[in-house]
Amino acid sequence: MPLDLVVNVVIAGVLTGLVYGLMALGLSVIFGVVRVVNFAHGEMMTIAMYATVVLFAELRLDPFLAVVPVALAFFVFGYALQASLINRFITRPEHTQFMLLLAVAIVFVNALLMIFGPDARNVQVDYQLESFAVGPILFDKARLYAAGCAVAGSAALFAFFRFSRTGTAIRACADNNLGAKVVGLDVKHLYAFTFGLGSACVAVAGCMMILLVEVTPVLGPGYTLLAFVIVIVGGLGSMPGALLGGVLIGVSEALGGLFFAPSAKSMFSFALLILVLLFRPQGLFGRKR
Amino acid sequence: MTNRKSVNRRQFNTVLAAGSALAALSPFGIARAQGAKLRIGVLLPRSGVQAQIGQSCQKGADIAPGILKELLGVDIELMNADTESNTDVARTRAERLIQEGANVLVGAFDSGQTAAIAQVAEQRGVPFVINVAAAPQITEQGYKFVFRNFPTAIDLTRNGLALIGDLFQATRTVPRTAVFMHVNDTFGQAMNRGISAILPGLTQLPFRIVETVSYDPAAKDLTIEVSKAKAANADFLLLVSRLNDAVILRREMVKQRWNPMAVISPGSPGMYEEQFYKSLGKLSDYCISNVPWYNPKAALTRTVETAFKKRFPKDQMMFHALNVGCTFEAILIAADSYKRARSTDPKTLADAIRQTNITSRMILGGSIKFNAKGQVEGILSACIQNLNQKPTVVLPANAAEARPVFPVPGYKA
Repeated sequence: MPLDLVVNVVIAGVLTGLVYGLMALGLSVIFGVVRVVNFAHGEMMTIAMYATVVLFAELRLDPFLAVVPVALAFFVFGYALQASLINRFITRPEHTQFMLLLAVAIVFVNALLMIFGPDARNVQVDYQLESFAVGPILFDKARLYAAGCAVAGSAALFAFFRFSRTGTAIRACADNNLGAKVVGLDVKHLYAFTFGLGSACVAVAGCMMILLVEVTPVLGPGYTLLAFVIVIVGGLGSMPGALLGGVLIGVSEALGGLFFAPSAKSMFSFALLILVLLFRPQGLFGRKR
Repeated sequence: MTNRKSVNRRQFNTVLAAGSALAALSPFGIARAQGAKLRIGVLLPRSGVQAQIGQSCQKGADIAPGILKELLGVDIELMNADTESNTDVARTRAERLIQEGANVLVGAFDSGQTAAIAQVAEQRGVPFVINVAAAPQITEQGYKFVFRNFPTAIDLTRNGLALIGDLFQATRTVPRTAVFMHVNDTFGQAMNRGISAILPGLTQLPFRIVETVSYDPAAKDLTIEVSKAKAANADFLLLVSRLNDAVILRREMVKQRWNPMAVISPGSPGMYEEQFYKSLGKLSDYCISNVPWYNPKAALTRTVETAFKKRFPKDQMMFHALNVGCTFEAILIAADSYKRARSTDPKTLADAIRQTNITSRMILGGSIKFNAKGQVEGILSACIQNLNQKPTVVLPANAAEARPVFPVPGYKA
């Protein structure tokens, strides 16, 4: 097998994996703090993809510029969803939280079907079909830009949690919920803020993903599952784990598809998941609890 | 004050006897006299990954009742059901349509879904006329209620490969190698088996397949598949696709700067569909599909085209040609049989379908006649090349609207 083919495929896997990683980061952040598993995560990304399509169709707004309004709108939406609905379920049994978010996911899918119909939609930007060539190695422009944006988004989120006062307060909530309440932190507000951040994260991933794949209303559940696989491999609640988990899944699918059957490539990400669950159940970057 | 008229014993017995006679006769179809409507259950994938093609086929069904009322004097009621591009849903929707009183089923574009519906139709003894589905096994099971007016994958492949030979001759080009990419579903696998069986025997074709790459029809990204196919360094790409994947694949070819001599389908959907042109614009040009097509000179085509324009003024029939033509003909077969059978009794209808002999048709080929397996033979393919973002017949020469372009120019030409 030619080496340039392998290198090209690995590069594509890494770049796609970074966007996957940003998507999964949102799920990981929400679980790490709020301890709620967002079963509507993929569906939220699908909504962000549609929002980008609409902004492009109506205002000719490039997906990279659409990141700002879409992420802001998703922050507000996520905050409102947590404050008005999910906060009421925080103390209830986990299965009721699962059912709630599954119901939210189904509502999202059907609302999208009613509004946009079943047809696939995309954006057609000038650079979408272009690539950079370095000898025999090709870098798909859209994929490269999307991966760069995913890295920048993840870095901004790391910086926020590391250096801002609100970020520190959220980490305090995640580490010791009771202690946070004792020192007077408004935990419910911080939960809603975190859900807003996770939603903004998935919105940015959606804006990037529309450059790589076409969107249909039924796309969501597949991405929810993928996000779960990534955060379990990387470590549930670990931010670096989510990003690196995304890259691992992207590369394993790419190489699996190349060396075995391309139509069976997702089998390799699930095989990786089984291995991690067997030998490191807390995930590659997760902490034992 | 009430003036209630009571029913006496004799009147009651008379009504009961009449009711019993009606019930007793009804299984034999005697009570289902003509004058009632023929209820046709139309099963198509109008949502999911095959949504666009399913909706395109639906247009052929929608215009059929009006045309057939005028042509045959038959009243048709369509009972539409969405299979959601899913085999299990197709099966349950077929069951439901039969429970709700469908006399005939028509559908379902996809081989996997069609095979599932065929099982239900056979078990319940309700005739099923297939519009589009090529997997040979559907009419190889000894079914008595399943009829197909579409070539099998073997015939489709044979016709498609013969046209590829004609294309090489017409353009005096001799490619030596091909890379074969196909969807990994029932239809794609049937086509793969067809090509593997037929190609080695066709010594007049100068090329051999150097690599085969299968892929998931619901794939969202075909980077690896295209990389692998490109690395085979073959002269041209032989492609068995669906619609969404054909669009994704074409884009990926441009991104990876892969310029084979042509992309040729030996008989699959995708590259002549309206959405393909809309999504790709100029990049849709020069792709070639060897598929069953309508005869633009046939009288029935003109009738259907007029009705199509009236019903869908924003659409052009050329972008829905195969889907509309095959679905319309499936409903024509059901209506024609009903007219002759003078009954909606399923067995009588199935017997009438078996005796079908329709000489005036839309799709290229001989008259519509079913063999003992319920299969129409002799359906032809045409070589359709996308020129100026329109499907254009380039072969056979007697039906050609333009000369074929092969090898095709690069993307930036």
